[in-house]
Parts: sequence; C-alpha cells; structure tokens
Amino acid sequence: MSTETLLRCTGVTKRFGGLVAVDDASLDVEAGSITGLIGPNGAGKTTFFTVIAGFAEPTAGSVTFRGQDITALPAHRRAEIGIARTFQIVQPFAGLSVRENIAVGAYLRHPGREAALARAENIAQRLGLGPMLDQSAGDLTVAGRKRLEMARALATEPSLLLLDEVLAGLNPSEIRDMIPVVRAIRDSGVTILIVEHVMQAVMQLCDTVAVLAQGRMIAKGRPAEVASDPKVIEAYLGHGAAKRMQAQQGDSHA
Amino acid sequence: MKGGFLTNGYGPILIVVAALAVLPFGFSANTTLNFLGFVLIVTLAAQGWNLLAGYGGQFSFGHAAFFGMGAYAIALAQVRFGLNPWLALPLAISLGALTGTILGYLSFRARLRGSYFALVTLAFAEVFRILANASAFTGGAAGVLIPLRIEAANFQFADKRSFYWLALSFVAFVLLLTHWIARSRFGAYLVAVRENEDAARALGVDALAVKLKAITLSGGITAAAGSLYAQKFLYIDANLAFGPWISVEALLAPIIGGIGTVFGPLAGAVLLLGLGEITKTFFTWLLGGALPGIDLVVFGVLLILCVAFAPRGVIGLLRRLAPSFRGGRA
Ligand SMILES: Nc1ncnc2c1ncn2[C@@H]1O[C@H](COP(=O)(O)OP(=O)(O)O)[C@@H](O)[C@H]1O
Ligand SMILES: [Mg+2]
Repeated sequence: MSTETLLRCTGVTKRFGGLVAVDDASLDVEAGSITGLIGPNGAGKTTFFTVIAGFAEPTAGSVTFRGQDITALPAHRRAEIGIARTFQIVQPFAGLSVRENIAVGAYLRHPGREAALARAENIAQRLGLGPMLDQSAGDLTVAGRKRLEMARALATEPSLLLLDEVLAGLNPSEIRDMIPVVRAIRDSGVTILIVEHVMQAVMQLCDTVAVLAQGRMIAKGRPAEVASDPKVIEAYLGHGAAKRMQAQQGDSHA
Repeated sequence: MKGGFLTNGYGPILIVVAALAVLPFGFSANTTLNFLGFVLIVTLAAQGWNLLAGYGGQFSFGHAAFFGMGAYAIALAQVRFGLNPWLALPLAISLGALTGTILGYLSFRARLRGSYFALVTLAFAEVFRILANASAFTGGAAGVLIPLRIEAANFQFADKRSFYWLALSFVAFVLLLTHWIARSRFGAYLVAVRENEDAARALGVDALAVKLKAITLSGGITAAAGSLYAQKFLYIDANLAFGPWISVEALLAPIIGGIGTVFGPLAGAVLLLGLGEITKTFFTWLLGGALPGIDLVVFGVLLILCVAFAPRGVIGLLRRLAPSFRGGRA
C-alpha cells in the first residue's frame, strides 16, 4: 500500500446560520485505505461529506485532492476527477430501471450507449444487483437501494469513494453480505472514506478511524484505539455518563 | 437493448411517418388538409416542449415565447427586410433557440425549478405578447400580413399537400432526433436531471449545461413550428403568435399523448385537436351555429381523463395494455 495522501481536508468549517455543523475539522485519507468517519448523530459527518463532494462550500478551510486545491470545484467536476459519493438518504432515479440508473454513472467514462450499458451490467453483477437490472429503482428494497447508490457511484470509476451510512437500515445478515462487497471495492484499487454507525463493520473494515463530535475532530487512530479512547466514549454517551449508569444500576438493585 | 429495425425504435417512426405521408392521397378536401397541417404544427411545437419538460423535467407554461419568436422572425424578415422566407427560416429557428438559451440561463442560473420556472416562462411569453402588440416594428395590434405570392421558392404553395409534407418532414426529423437523443448520453443525463438533479450532479452531470442544451433545442424546435404557422396562414398578430393558446396546446398534447415519449406529442395533438374538431362540428350541426370554447371543454375533459386513468398518456396506456408495444421507448 502506498502512503500517498489522496484527500486532505484542512480546517474545514461549515456554518448554517448560527449553527456550526463542522468546526475546524482536518482529515487526511491515505490512498488505498478504508478510512472510517464516526460520531454521534448530528456530529456533522454528512455535512463534512457534502463539503468534500462539492455540494456545499465550506465557510472556511480547504480540500485538496491529489495535491490539487478543489475547494471551489463544482460537484460534477469532482466526479470527473475521481471523487464519487453516495447519499445517506438514498436518491435513486426512481422512474428508471436499475440498469439505467447505473448507466448514468457509467456514461461519465463511456460516452457510447452500448459501452455504458455493458459497464452498468458489469457493476450490477459485482454488487449483487444482477437479477434486478430491469426492475424499476423505485421498487427496490432498502438493501437494494443502498447497493444501487454504491453501484452508481462506482460506475463513475472513482479513485475516492465516499460512502455515507450505506449499512444503515440493513438487517444483520444484509450487513454481513455487504462487508465483503465494500472490501472488494477497496481491493480493486478504490480508496474509501466511510461514515458508519454499525461499529462491527467499522472495526472489520477500517484501517483508520476519525471521530467527529459536535463538528470537531476529537480522535484519530486505529479502530481498536479509538473505540477505547475515553474522549470518544464521552462523546457518544455524554458527560459523566459512566457514573450515571453506575448510579442507575445501584438504584434498580436496591 | 440491441435490436433490429422494428425493435430499436427507428422502425415504428418510419412506419408512422410513411403512413402520414400517404394520407393526402386518400382524400383531397382542402379543409382536411388544412386541419392536418395545423395538427402537425401543434405537434412540432409540442415536440419542443416535450424535449425540455417530458425528458428534462423542466415544465414550461410559456412555449408561446418560442413559437411567437419563430413566427414574428420569419414574417418580419420578409416584410421589413425583404428576406426570402427560406433564408429567414433558419434565422427564425436560431432566434428561437437563442431565446431558449437566454431564458434558460436566467432561470436555471438562479436555480429556479418547478412552478417558479413555469411562471418565469409564462411571464416571458406574456411580455413578448405585450411588446409585439405595442411596438410599431412588429405591426402593433394590427399584426403582420405576409404578402401573398404563391411560389415554392417563396415558401407558399399552390398545392396544400406540399405544405403538409413540408410540415411532416419537420415532425419526422424531430421524431428521429428525439429518439436519437433518448438513446444518447445527453438523453440519459437529461432524464437523470429530471429524476433527481443532486444525484445526477454526483455522477458527473453538469446539470446547468444539460438544461441549457435542452431549452435551446426546445426553443429552436418550437420556433420552427411558429415559422410554419406564419407561412401557413400568412398572417400573425400578438395573440396568435405569443398567445397562451399555443403554450397550452404545446403542453397538453404531450401530457395527453405520453410525456417523455417519442410519439407522445404526435398522438396527443391528433387526439386533442381531432376530438376538439369533431365536437365543434357536432355542436354546430346540433345547434345550427358555432359554440365558442367547446374545444376547450374537450381539452379539459381529456386532461382530467388522462390524469385519472392514463398518467403516462395514450402511449403509456398502450404500453400497459400491450406490454409488447415498445415503439419509441427510450
Ligand atoms: N442544510 C442544513 N441547514 C441547516 N442545518 C443543517 C443542514 N444540514 C445539516 N444541518 C445541521 O448540521 C448538524 C450536522 O448534521 P449532519 O452533518 O447531518 O450530521 P451527521 O451526519 O453526523 O448525523 C445538525 O445539527 C444538522 O441539523
Ligand atoms: Mg449523516
């Protein structure tokens, strides 16, 4: 694995009126890695993704990709240079078939219809959407829609794939099925930055994990280190949580 | 996906066009030919609307802006500048396309969507109508009369069939163009923008560029319809060229025929104007005099029936009843 930094976010801040959703957050993503981004609900993870993908301009800070400053680059140009994203709230082209959905992504590198459709079919097979190719995207199950999000993004042949909670809403067996799929994407040479709540998946997949809490990066490291970091436990459970839990247990025993 | 002549969509287009082309041999009544020529003009205007709204999801209430631009451009080029109408035609189409680009740039840059975009197009058409009605250059309320000089070289035909075939060739060209677009990358991007603009942008689609391209083509096509209208009737005024009637028919025909389908505008225009004409004739016969506005009642009833029973229009209904009917499917 190379140690080249593919993506570098420096001091990214994003305000919505008075609310600071992302607060001076920095993050490096190594080429070839699976980097996890975790944090409690409302921590600013999706907003951070939105800034990286070019869907929102940061209030302050910069984003560089392969050493090039892309802070002001529009979203579609970022897809062209190799950054693809999925949406936490899935955004299928509901009136189109699965094949047509994926083909929209494939057209980015394959302008001809035959090539784009062939490419779409190939990616659908890889993501286990083969049997649903001609189904309407609007008729897919939650698991199917999550796979479609990934398939479409992958069809743009990115070098960096941003996955926003692609496992949320899946049942344990669906999650077990997805983990090797994500790993296979990385093994095919795509660097992955993944926002995930399912800790089991984060532990299994990620080389590095960064933790965002109330917009700030509070910890970075290997998954096991981060999970046992007191700051992280505090962020997830709140101040004095450990003590309160002990007290409650004492009450119920009494 | 791959397929022969009959299943790749081009076959049905050629068959329909051929059938329409031999129609004038079936009868010679001038009134019928006049009517069919008019249906083709509305079809052409509706094809322009369908490209932008049916495929691109950008609903316009003001395609009269383009129609009128085409009509006035070809008429004024002759009357004011003595230009040959055949030379004025590409000019008129370009002017309609340019109007589309400008209107699109102003509204899409401002991220106008849905009813906001629709209202802006309506406002454009109304402003043009008022200006054309007031300005001396455009003949004011008296309109523009194109001098009668029947000569093919002057875009005026002694034989009504010639005009009909000319209009048909425009419609045929746009049928083929629409089908080709629907199967191209641009068409896929256009539909993607209609379905979900953010998702499209994430996949590398320059949504603004795609919409601008669509409204430019749309404006050009509908301006061609306006030009044909001017040459057919040799008279236009602000209410004919920029009036709401054509905005309404350009959008009703595809909605009734099948929005976002290749044949939708044609099927809808035939049904809409056909039933309108039959009802008019019937009531005239019944009451011994014309009943003004009865065709509008027919349009309304058709629209309600469509919304209730055939949300994808006549073409959608045919597809549902006969799943093997795939003519013109993108
Ligand atoms: N477009 C927006 N306008 C206003 N507030 C927003 C917007 N998007 C996100 N927020 C707020 O920013 C904070 C971070 O949200 P988000 O990035 O979705 O968190 P996460 O993905 O970590 O759950 C939340 O308080 C959310 O309500
Ligand atoms: Mg989120």
